[in-house]
Amino acid sequence: MDFLVDALGEAFAPATAAFALAAIGLNFHFGMTGLLNMGHAGFMLIGMYGYAISTQNGAPIWLAVIVSMVCATILALLLGWPTLKLRGDYLAIVTIAAAEMVRFLGRSQSLVELTGASSGIRGTEFKGTFEDLSPFPDERVAVGPFEYHGSFSSSWWLRVVAWTIVALFALLFWRLSRSPWGRVLKGVREDEDAVRSLGKNVYWYKMQALVLGGVIGALGGVLWSLGAAVQPDSMGRPTTFWIWTLLLLGGAATIFGPILGSVLFWCALLVVRRVTSMVVPDTWIAQTELEPFSLMLVGVTLMVLVVFRPQGILGDRRELAING
Amino acid sequence: MADKDPFKGLAHEPGVAKPDPIIVADKVHRHFGGLTAVDVKHLEVQRHAITALIGPNGAGKSTFFNLLTGFDRPQSGEWFFNGKSLHGVTAANVARAGMVRTFQLTKALSRMTVIENMRLGATGQRGESFFPALIPGMWSTREKEITEQAEVLLERFKLIKLRDDFAGSLSGGQRKLLEMARALMSKPEIVMLDEPMAGVNPVLTESLLEHIVELKADGVTVLFVEHDMHMVRRISDWVVVMAQGTIIAEGPPETVMSNTAVQDAYLGAHHDTELPEEL
Repeated sequence: MDFLVDALGEAFAPATAAFALAAIGLNFHFGMTGLLNMGHAGFMLIGMYGYAISTQNGAPIWLAVIVSMVCATILALLLGWPTLKLRGDYLAIVTIAAAEMVRFLGRSQSLVELTGASSGIRGTEFKGTFEDLSPFPDERVAVGPFEYHGSFSSSWWLRVVAWTIVALFALLFWRLSRSPWGRVLKGVREDEDAVRSLGKNVYWYKMQALVLGGVIGALGGVLWSLGAAVQPDSMGRPTTFWIWTLLLLGGAATIFGPILGSVLFWCALLVVRRVTSMVVPDTWIAQTELEPFSLMLVGVTLMVLVVFRPQGILGDRRELAING
Repeated sequence: MADKDPFKGLAHEPGVAKPDPIIVADKVHRHFGGLTAVDVKHLEVQRHAITALIGPNGAGKSTFFNLLTGFDRPQSGEWFFNGKSLHGVTAANVARAGMVRTFQLTKALSRMTVIENMRLGATGQRGESFFPALIPGMWSTREKEITEQAEVLLERFKLIKLRDDFAGSLSGGQRKLLEMARALMSKPEIVMLDEPMAGVNPVLTESLLEHIVELKADGVTVLFVEHDMHMVRRISDWVVVMAQGTIIAEGPPETVMSNTAVQDAYLGAHHDTELPEEL
C-alpha cells in the first residue's frame, strides 16, 4: 500500500500546485469570460523563461517574478489585440499556434545562449534565489510518512510557497467572481452583444481577463519550473489539454474546481501507473509504455466523467456545463 | 395620451421635420454587396413620443436599428442623438449616451440570475473596474442602490418572484420583459425595442404594450420596430414605414394605414399580413 502514501504525497506536490494555479488562470479565461484559450502552456512557458533567464542574469527574485508577469502580459496583449474583436473560435486557433511558437522559439538553436534550446535551463542555474529564501533546513525532513528536502528543488519550502500562492489566487478568483467586474465578464461569456448594448466596453473586459489569466498561468509555470526545470517540451500541447481536463473535471467557473481537479488528476495518474505496473505483466506492457498507457486510462476516465457530469465535480449545471 | 399633440400640423410625408427631435438621421446608406439594405434620406424622431418603425420583412428596419445603435456601420451618412453626431461611436458608448436597445432575438444572459441580469444594466458602478472590484467598500453602497432599483423594476414587470432564477429558465415572453426591464436600469433617454412583441403570447403582449405606454408616461422616448399593424395603431403616436430600405411614408397611425403606398408595400411583399378591417 506504499503507493497510497505516494498518491497522497502527489496531492500536495509542487507540480499539482503549479497546475492548479495555471488552471485558476484558465478559469478566468474560460469559466468567467468564456474565452477559448487553447495555448495556456505557452503562457506557462513564457513565464518560466522570463523568470529563469532574468535570474541567470543576476536579477533578484522579485524582479524575476515581475519579468515573468510582464512577458505573459505582452503575450496576452499581442494575442488579444487582433483576435478579441472576432468570434471566440479565432482566439482558440491563435492561442494554440502562439503557444507552439513560444515553444519552438525556446527550443531553436538560434537562442541557445538564452534558453538552452531543446535541453532547456537546468534547475541549478535559476533556483538559487528562491532556495536561499527558505527558512527551512537543507536536510531531508520527514512529516508523517512524507519525507522531502527542506529547501532544495522539490522541497517543503516550495510546497509551502506554492500552495500559499494557489490559495491567494483562489481568494482572488472568489473576490472577483462576486464583484461587479466579474459580473460583466460573466455577461460577456453569455452574450457579448447584450453586454455591449448595456454600455460596457466588451473588448477591454476580454483583454483584462486574457491578461490576468495569462499572468496567473505564467506564475503557474514559474512554480512548475522551481519543482522541475525549464524544459520547452514539457509545455507542449498535451500540457494545455491536461489543464483544460482538470479544470473541467473540477468544475469550471467554480473557486475550488481547478484545485480539486489538479489534485485528482495527479493522484489518479500516479495510482493508475502503479496499479498497472503491479497488475499487468511486463510481457503485455513494457515499463516504458506505462506512462502513456496510464495517461490514456486517465483520459478515458475523464471522458466518462465529462459525459455523465459535464459541469464537473463542483460545478452548477445551470451555470456552466461543457455541452452548454 | 399626451396633453398637447406635438405632431399637430405636421405634414404626413417622409422626412418631415419634428418640433423637438431626439434622433436625426441624414442620408444613411448601407449596402451589402449589390444589395441596398438601408437608404434613408432624412428621418427625425420626436422626443417623449412613441414612434413605430414598421414595414414588411426585409425592409431594412433591423439593419437601420443596428446602424443607429452602433452595432453596424453604414457606408455613408450622418446621424445625431441629442444633436451630437454618433458617427463612428461604438455600441457601448451609444448605450452610455442614453440610447439603449433590445434585440429581436432576446439576449437574456441565460446562465446568470434575473437579478444579476438587471444589475448588469446599471451605470455608475465603480466596481466594474478591475482594481476597485477588489475592495468591496468601494462599490457595495452603489450595489445596494442598484439592487433596490432593480427590484422596483422587477416588481413593475412582474418578474420579482423569479429574482434568483437563472434567466435561461424563463419563458420567451418573460425574457422579453426582462430585457426591457434591464434596458431601463441605466435610465435611458430613449429605448429602442426591436420587435418587442415577436413570439410573445397574447396575455404577455397586453402587458408589454402597457409597459411601453408607461415608459412614455415616465418621460422616456420609445422607438420600436414591429410588423403587426394592430399593435402599432394601439400605442404609437407616430408611424414611420420602411420598404426596400427607404422610408415610404410617415404620419399618425390612422393616416399611414390608409396610405395606398403602405398597403402596396405590405400586400405586395407580405400578402398574408392581416390588415385592420377599417381600411
